[in-house]
Amino acid sequence: MSKGVAITGMGIISAIGNNVAENYQSLIDGKKGITRVEKIDTIHKDVIMVGEIDITNEAFEKKLGLAKDNNYSRTAFLGAVAAKQAIADAGITNINKYKTGLISATSVGGMDRTETHYYNYLTEAEPRKYIDGHHAGDSSQKIAEQLGIEKSLVTTISTACSSAANAIMFGARLIKSGQLDRVVVGGTDCMSKFTINGFKTLMILSDTYNTPFDENRKGLNLGEAAAFLVLESDAVVKAENKTVLAYVKGYANANDAHHQTASSDHGDGATLAMEKALKVAGLEPKDIDYINAHGTATGNNDLSEGRAIIRVFGDNVPDFSSTKAYTGHTLAAAGGIEAVYSVLALQNNIIYPNLNFKTQMKEFNITPQLTLKEKHLDVIMSNSFGFGGNCSTVIFSKEA
Amino acid sequence: MDNSFYIKSHCRIKNSKISLNTVEVFERETKDFIEFIKAAYKSLDTKYPKFFKMDRLSKLAFIAADVLLKNENLNPEIEQDIAVVLSNKASSLDTDRKHQKAIQDKENYYPSPAVFVYTLPNICIGEISIKYKLYSENSFFIFDSLNAEHLSIYSNSLLETNKAKEVLCGWVELDGDNYDAFLYLVSTKGKIEHTKQNIDKLYKL
Amino acid sequence: MDALKLELKENIIEQLNLEDMTADDIANDDILFGDGLGLDSIDALELIVMLDKNYGIKLADPKEGRAIFESIDTMAAYIAENRSK
Repeated sequence: MSKGVAITGMGIISAIGNNVAENYQSLIDGKKGITRVEKIDTIHKDVIMVGEIDITNEAFEKKLGLAKDNNYSRTAFLGAVAAKQAIADAGITNINKYKTGLISATSVGGMDRTETHYYNYLTEAEPRKYIDGHHAGDSSQKIAEQLGIEKSLVTTISTACSSAANAIMFGARLIKSGQLDRVVVGGTDCMSKFTINGFKTLMILSDTYNTPFDENRKGLNLGEAAAFLVLESDAVVKAENKTVLAYVKGYANANDAHHQTASSDHGDGATLAMEKALKVAGLEPKDIDYINAHGTATGNNDLSEGRAIIRVFGDNVPDFSSTKAYTGHTLAAAGGIEAVYSVLALQNNIIYPNLNFKTQMKEFNITPQLTLKEKHLDVIMSNSFGFGGNCSTVIFSKEA
Repeated sequence: MDNSFYIKSHCRIKNSKISLNTVEVFERETKDFIEFIKAAYKSLDTKYPKFFKMDRLSKLAFIAADVLLKNENLNPEIEQDIAVVLSNKASSLDTDRKHQKAIQDKENYYPSPAVFVYTLPNICIGEISIKYKLYSENSFFIFDSLNAEHLSIYSNSLLETNKAKEVLCGWVELDGDNYDAFLYLVSTKGKIEHTKQNIDKLYKL
Repeated sequence: MDALKLELKENIIEQLNLEDMTADDIANDDILFGDGLGLDSIDALELIVMLDKNYGIKLADPKEGRAIFESIDTMAAYIAENRSK
């Protein structure tokens, strides 16, 4: 049994940077990664904006030293790159020295390859290798192979946009209960026509930069990204004399039990997730120094989440902001991306601005943090809410 | 502290049959899944029109959950502290394909929002949660086959740490007209201990 | 107009999977959303697709749908005025 769950390494690739340092630099510079779509041929290219990563699949192949006949999807490329960074950051050279697992989250999986080769599968033999790569679990298996842990506990969580937060939660429990000594947790999702067209039919894609918590918000920008954290037990931290970046202090998941995709008017599931995570952490609302909100910039999410925050924090709502204006909504990876950002915030005592905000929402009087703010931070709350009513909250802290 | 948890009840939907605790509650000889599950809906007196709007995976998971939870005589007006942990292999492939078809068709390009919302496996958990007012923890895992060890460890840990009073747990696999659902309720009460061996044994029945 | 209204009822029942209903169950002035027929936000989006597919009417903002989809009467009036197919 381990009392604390230490974060000892992080890796990330997103529209605002190819590693942790680049992401942090963009965050403090207020540099958005949102552009017109370039890498995907979609009929919606003139009416949407996205957060794309400026590296081609061919370049990833080279970077990872893969043979030409590999069947990696872009989701697997992104995940492998971010997970390897996390392992290197944690200073791990012999990964199998401790019982290590991988919990990876994805919702898109190998959809990018499937939609490219959908018609060719019938007539051409070469692309058929990607059929085996379609499965959501395939990207996780490939990441595990890249890390050299394919024989240990490797699993895939698919609960929409809260997937990576749930991966962190599950990993933390495996460490606490002593089932694993070390676990790599996070998520990966690439851009695909599948998601672009799907969110388009739901009419929640903005035709311009997304504006979280703004009265005139028009919807979200989709983003592609991957991020992973290395979680280790107290025993490993002690034995290896590890530097701890931060701790996973609390976590919880609840169902909104309201609608397939929409959040309830007053954020019932979100409220429960935040309250239960505080309880697991043994903390009070007043202990939270900053909330990295889900803040997708859809009409429904920001109203429902804002109301839930008020239900939990009353008149003392801490500083909060959404970083989705930087990266776009990275779906199953979002909880991982925002975990990395939360740890960076703790390390640097910095609160990121909620970009693109102009007009106060009329339904309540809480306003996100609008400028970069230096402030001593001890505890950060990160929210991730997914379709299917799946609401998750993770709490990160400087001290165990 | 007694750390034992039990499989209180279990439901299987496979090969045109639905059983509750190994007792058959419905049978309809047909290869057509929709015909089968709609007939089950009527025969089991489900009375929940939203059922017809669900995709095939949700219809399967919903009926299995409904058979189990109806048997519990829950008050539908009261919130229940039951966590939901489901798993399968194909994720939401059946509906993904439907959505994919609509967006690939250049002549007849009308992707449906009502289809897209089901392109995630955990939406079926949402449907069950809405009907039975389940606000507790839920998760959906993807495995190559039923992973009894994972399900038992995960659910027992939810109960040990008081995350929920009971867990609705299991496997819901669907692709086209092939389907297999094995759902069960884990509780502090019951006769069958919730172990990997017992889960595998019930699944193989 | 009556033919259009009947067609709308039949399409709504089919598109929105209102399995237990027939066209006779929907009155022309029945409220379709909320407590009326119990349609929800996804149904509204599905009706927007139907307007496009069957009548060549494109709505850019889902909020526009609220007034249009109030009842069969309001839908039929809007379609009659704006249809391009």
